[in-house]
Amino acid sequence: MSATIRTSVGRPPSHGPLLSVEDLRVTFTRHGEEPFKAVDGVSFDVHPGQTVGLVGESGCGKSVTSLAIMGLLPKRGNHVEGTATYEGVDLLGLSDKEMRDRRGRDIAMIFQDPLSSLNPVVPIGVQVTEVMERHRGMSRKDAMPHARDLLERVGIPDPNARLKNYPHQLSGGMRQRALIAMALACQPRLLIADEPTTALDVTIQAQILALLKELVQDTGTALIMITHDLGVVAGLCDEVNVLYAGRIVERGDRHRLFARPRHPYTHGLLSSIPRLDSPRGEKLNPITGSVSDNLPWTSACAFAPRCSHAQEDCRVQTPPWEWENDGRGLRCHHPVEAEEVGRG
Amino acid sequence: MTTEPSYAGRRKERIDALAAHSFDETAGVSLIVSAWRRLRRDPVFLFGLGITVVFIVLAVISPWIAPHDPAAAPLLDKVRPQTNPVPGPEPGFPLGADDRGRDLLSRLLVGSRQTLVVGVFATIFGLIGGLFLGILAGSFGGAVDSVVMRIVDVMLSVPSLLLAFTIAALAPRPSQTTLIIAIAIIQVPIFARLLRGSMLGQRSSDHVLAARALGVKKSAIVFRHVLPNSMGPVIVQATLVLAIAIIDAAALSFLGLGSPDDRQPEWGQMLGRSQEFIYDHPHLAVYPALCIITVALGFTLMGESMREALDPKTRR
Amino acid sequence: MVRFIVRRMLQMAGVLVVLSMLLFVWLKALPGGPVSAILGERATPERRAALEAALGLDQPVYVQYLRFVERALHGEFGASTAVLPGEDAFQVFLIRLPATIELAIFAMVLAVALGIPLGYFAARRKGSPLDSGAVVFSLIGVAVPVFFTAFLLKYFVAVEWQLLPVSGRQDPSLDATRVTGLFILDGLLTREWDAAWDALRHLILPAVALATIPFAIIFRITRASVLDTMDADFVRTAEAKGLTASVIRSRHVLRNAMLPVVTVIGLSLGGLLAGAILTETVFSFPGIGDAIYQSQRDKDYAVLTVLILASAAIFVIINLLVDIAYAVLDPRIRTR
Repeated sequence: MSATIRTSVGRPPSHGPLLSVEDLRVTFTRHGEEPFKAVDGVSFDVHPGQTVGLVGESGCGKSVTSLAIMGLLPKRGNHVEGTATYEGVDLLGLSDKEMRDRRGRDIAMIFQDPLSSLNPVVPIGVQVTEVMERHRGMSRKDAMPHARDLLERVGIPDPNARLKNYPHQLSGGMRQRALIAMALACQPRLLIADEPTTALDVTIQAQILALLKELVQDTGTALIMITHDLGVVAGLCDEVNVLYAGRIVERGDRHRLFARPRHPYTHGLLSSIPRLDSPRGEKLNPITGSVSDNLPWTSACAFAPRCSHAQEDCRVQTPPWEWENDGRGLRCHHPVEAEEVGRG
Repeated sequence: MTTEPSYAGRRKERIDALAAHSFDETAGVSLIVSAWRRLRRDPVFLFGLGITVVFIVLAVISPWIAPHDPAAAPLLDKVRPQTNPVPGPEPGFPLGADDRGRDLLSRLLVGSRQTLVVGVFATIFGLIGGLFLGILAGSFGGAVDSVVMRIVDVMLSVPSLLLAFTIAALAPRPSQTTLIIAIAIIQVPIFARLLRGSMLGQRSSDHVLAARALGVKKSAIVFRHVLPNSMGPVIVQATLVLAIAIIDAAALSFLGLGSPDDRQPEWGQMLGRSQEFIYDHPHLAVYPALCIITVALGFTLMGESMREALDPKTRR
Repeated sequence: MVRFIVRRMLQMAGVLVVLSMLLFVWLKALPGGPVSAILGERATPERRAALEAALGLDQPVYVQYLRFVERALHGEFGASTAVLPGEDAFQVFLIRLPATIELAIFAMVLAVALGIPLGYFAARRKGSPLDSGAVVFSLIGVAVPVFFTAFLLKYFVAVEWQLLPVSGRQDPSLDATRVTGLFILDGLLTREWDAAWDALRHLILPAVALATIPFAIIFRITRASVLDTMDADFVRTAEAKGLTASVIRSRHVLRNAMLPVVTVIGLSLGGLLAGAILTETVFSFPGIGDAIYQSQRDKDYAVLTVLILASAAIFVIINLLVDIAYAVLDPRIRTR
């Protein structure tokens, strides 16, 4: 374990949330087109050391949520409302410069495609040290040994040689490890991972997830895990938020949510995963239709056209957000009943 | 992404990028239709199209609307080599005459025909040559493909105007025909590479595979399935090539490699001849030059905006 | 890297072989053959026969071609008949070369010095009046024939306003000392400041005319490339790291965006050679382009052959250098 990485083991999540997102709305406006609500009133908390999953199909707003928190949305063509309070400060209200000071230091992010996310003409070492030069006032020379330790920490063999390598000389898994090293360089308290394993081979995916899990446990960093893959969530997250069409439709503790999904969408996602232990001859149940069938949230449940449980009211009335007694949240008129679960 | 850095590599990349547009999800006719839907509202495209249409219409009807015979010299008696080598405007001759007393406006109008003929024929011959080589390389593959493509790459690696100049200069006697041939030859490798790239990409596409599985003959596949799908990129390239052909033809004409017969007016040639009187009568050069620039700009604007409309990156 | 350079050199040899064959076939096909071309139509039969034997025209075609190549490699193309009558054709090339080098370098410096910064700022302010204006200008720049630009400059700047000289490379009355053949450099070396200044004044107009097309190309590529790079994933990564705007600009955007620009500079150099034929003709600038035009017009075939082969050779050598520069800049090629 290197000296550059915080060694405290996960603080208890009782001091209040590290990040609190309240009613986040992102509207894309393009000249001559209808405004599009990519994120439509999303609220969730992340406690120190906690791992929170944002799950949903592509286009559900999960990546836009993370980019909005990071202040990385394009400067033009979108409108952001709501708050994202990090340690008492609303990130969405910060100036460009103030946000720049926090990015990479307090909150770091790793992205989906490790090849295109790395600068092809700058050596890995420089891409790691530049974060420390920026936020910790180190010179490149002083930061290099730290960079070496970081690469070693994320499981890159022969780190001294790798510092001088360019991204194309590394394998996909090594590139993602290098990106993780960059994200951890300033010991951020919050890490956002946007589909970090989607572009990788299956065996590498498992390795990267194991690494993330280990790092989160060792450093006490909170993690927002953005994914479409419930398998990733199952192995990693404490709490899971399921997004559909820009809104959270179900939230809950990982174990309860997997054991007893309440929203038909979550249920559908779970039962569309092939399982080894399911009875022979049982069919998979994919969700029918596509996002393009969605109804507007303002006067209906967006998921209704694709929902097996939909009734008349789902098409004319917006389902409200309701807390269940076990601390779970749900947005549905006709949730899945307990006895249905497992029948698929 | 492996970029080819060289000059030829850069040109190859541009061509290949265009070829790639012939086999993405909405290939062929539907691609052109969707591109057209966006182009219809693009002011740059419409401006280019406007220029092009006016130019073509003028070129076609010019012999009937030209006020005078471009070869006749009605103002010959006004030409005084010492005092007044170029008669100025007068009633019936709004732009005046050239140094041989011929009506300048009529020559400009009729000159558009030669420009159109050179541009269109050079492009068509270039396309036919490219089609031949492209089909040869694309449908036989293997050794034929590599030999043909090596030749094409060598041709692409020489600056096109230098190559055209060399070819035109090789002709024993300069003429309209040698000019067209020279400019056509420099277009051949561009079209060959475009079509071959497009065909290779489509060989593995679903509808071609289906046709092959059904036992449709190779030649039928090429002509009925593959070529129609390459239409979009070919039209774009042909438009851009037309602009280049017109400018290059003017340049070669200016250097005396065009037709020596000045009874048939041609803009590049008029521009070349005007050099003798350039200090005292610059308008002799300015008018044909403005014509060339306008027409070349029209084709360029049209081609560039079509290229953008076909590019999936800008298509949302 | 070595393999890359070797491959490029083989390609370059291929270009020259094809061109030499083309020229050889052409020389054979000249009306009356090379003998008439060299001796003229009215040579006596004895002299013709002697020259035919001397040129090896009684040999099989491939032997003739190989001898042509051999002589070409030694720079033996025969004597000039029109451009510099009596002078060895290869010498004509050497005499004319420095003028074109001076012109091409000056034009390229202009095009790069204006095209790259303008392209960069246009991309940074995409959609602004500066951007739109520069885009329109570059589109027009490509559509205007080089010789017309040259003519306009000559007419207004040199003739009407008399700000700069109309033609030539230097005022002959200065009787400047020659060292390298690059007149500006010569003037500086020999401290004949007036000679250097005069040569520079002669160079400005042809160089500006010649620079218009490479400028337009470099501008457009820089702009497109910077726009592309600003959208790249790794720039988003750099933003996510909280790096300062200036580091993102210089290390992440510019360093990547410049790669295609380097390539296009090679492309533009090809355009310069072709453009030099037109520009030098308009300004009577005594370089290679002017000599190509003259030798073609006056049927000075020995000189024309040398010049075409040499231009092609210069062109491929420059491209090789650009390729190497590119490989040095792009680690993806350097470390292959």
